[in-house]
Amino acid sequence: MMDRFRMIFQYFQSNSESVMNGICGLLALASIKIYTCFDFSCPCLPWYNLAYGLGIMFVPPITLFVCGLILNRQYLVMLEEWRRPQGQRKKDLAVIRYMCFSIMQRAMVAPVVWIVVTLLDGKCLICAFSSSVDPEKFVGLANVSPVQVQQLLAKVPCKDDELMRNNTSRKAVSRYLRCWSQALGWSILLILIVAVFLARWLRPCFNQATLLQARHWSNYIDIEQKIFEETCCEHSRLFAHKCILHFFKSMRQEIKLHSFSLPRQGEGAEGGEDLLQGITDQDQVNKLLKMWYYEKPPLDISQVTQRHALGQERSSLPWADSPSTQSKFLQHTDV
Amino acid sequence: MDKFRMIFQFLQSNQESFMNGICGIMALASAQMYSAFDFNCPCLPRYNLAYGLGILLVPPFILFLLGFVLNNNVSMLAEEWRRPQGQRGKDPAVLRYMFCSMAQRAMIAPAVWVSVTLLDGKCITCAFCTSVPVETLGNASHPGLSQGEMKRVLARIPCKEIYDGQELIANEVAIRYLRCISQALGWCFLLLMTMLAFLVRSLRPCFTQAAFLKSRYWSHYIDIERKLFDETCAEHARSFAKVCIQQFFEGMSMDLELCHPPRKAPADAGEAAEKLLGIIDQGTMNTALKSWHRCKPPLHLHPPALPSGNGWAGGEQPPVPPPVPRREMAAYYSQV
Repeated sequence: MMDRFRMIFQYFQSNSESVMNGICGLLALASIKIYTCFDFSCPCLPWYNLAYGLGIMFVPPITLFVCGLILNRQYLVMLEEWRRPQGQRKKDLAVIRYMCFSIMQRAMVAPVVWIVVTLLDGKCLICAFSSSVDPEKFVGLANVSPVQVQQLLAKVPCKDDELMRNNTSRKAVSRYLRCWSQALGWSILLILIVAVFLARWLRPCFNQATLLQARHWSNYIDIEQKIFEETCCEHSRLFAHKCILHFFKSMRQEIKLHSFSLPRQGEGAEGGEDLLQGITDQDQVNKLLKMWYYEKPPLDISQVTQRHALGQERSSLPWADSPSTQSKFLQHTDV
Repeated sequence: MDKFRMIFQFLQSNQESFMNGICGIMALASAQMYSAFDFNCPCLPRYNLAYGLGILLVPPFILFLLGFVLNNNVSMLAEEWRRPQGQRGKDPAVLRYMFCSMAQRAMIAPAVWVSVTLLDGKCITCAFCTSVPVETLGNASHPGLSQGEMKRVLARIPCKEIYDGQELIANEVAIRYLRCISQALGWCFLLLMTMLAFLVRSLRPCFTQAAFLKSRYWSHYIDIERKLFDETCAEHARSFAKVCIQQFFEGMSMDLELCHPPRKAPADAGEAAEKLLGIIDQGTMNTALKSWHRCKPPLHLHPPALPSGNGWAGGEQPPVPPPVPRREMAAYYSQV
């Protein structure tokens, strides 16, 4: 069972598209969960009903759509590709369009799920449109004055209201609106599924070659960016390793220069001694740690790679804008 | 348990994923804390506002600070910010990048708390029940109530059991009204935060991509360098300890040879006998252990050729190193 889990996990990780599909699915499930946890409470007041009902139906989908864009890594890749300077590589608008399209498709799933679930449940529509129902159709409301009718209709969504508790017209209005709501929900679902079906079925008839190219190059851009990030990480690890070794070596040289009790590294030194880098004393270790804090070595390992002698140059830093300061070794006078 | 270990390993492999994981856990913890919290509106005129707004705003602040505390990179940022310049300049763009990415992650749990609080509605109902528009929702012309009295009655709206103003304004009507406002605020807040996050993410590739790549690389570099340095120091400490202890035992066995006549070792000593370092009976072992406790050797490794005692046998001083010119060395200490 664990193996299966691991395999599924690895499969999702290996392919970037699969990861995106996974996130898309999770967001859709989260959307349903949020709707069921959300405590819908219609205000049952004439104008507030419409605002509240339509708000609950449309504001969360917008939030979910934007969330879907944020969580999608490909969105950033597409933006970077769109805004980069041309340089030596031409920009292919078809690739950018393809990426944009596929991102939008995935981001639309969670909002559509929310809207459909809302409509199938019916509470939102009942809340929003209970005041807009034609009172003539319902027995209990036909002979009431217009102002009162508005008040009564506004209270339809609230089952526990004292006025409405056992009112049969309330139940009739409620059923009527729920019927419309569910019909709308199922129609939207049907139209969407037919549209998706047609799109997938008819796509190979139009521009299949362009599509294949666009898909290939969009995958390529994605992979290239990932590999670049990994290579940078690898590079910074090697850089740091060399920098630290160089630092330890330079400490050893400094100690050799300043003290005469050289611990002679005999030919038969044990393997463990190499790791000590010539630093074999409590004072020396303290000195090393203090130096590491007060004066980090410059980010320049050309001395290591080209085997220059230590202490000949403290070259300027590759990334600092301010000019490098003099080495503190040279600044101190007698204490 | 295995599942947790695998998820844990995946999250740990990538430092950023690990931080995202902590971020998600804090968001879930924040939602869970809210549902576990027993909200108790005081139902008194001025206390309501203080309590409601307090519960809405103080825990997010605490969660925000907690987000910083739990982030490993805070100490890295502080160290990079406060270190002396030395031979390596400081790049403010890198510091800004590290701070921004930490602040962004720390903002998620407070945002979740505020959203959940507003969507639930209890806080706003408690805080603003005295401001309900009685004219539109109830009968303001209800006789015999001064302003203060009316506020006292309205303040009891969240506490249904003791509410006595049903003629003034119906309890359910007021609560529904306040909850509707609260939920509208909650969804608007959520939409605003999401749009803000979206803008922040979208504007970066459009304007500052090159600078961003630079800052990201160097902030990762600082992190990796710190970890590698810790690892190298740990390895060094291990080798140091090994040699120090070996020299202690060698010193002991040499002292033994000096104090006692050397015993006749068997002809084929073998490797195991070498490892015993000359300590082959209970009394000697006990003395070695006592000496390790009472008089640890100095943190100064001798080169293997020079015989030196460690002061155990008494009377023998380690050879004093020739006087070192202290002046140059004082340069290292003057920063203190």
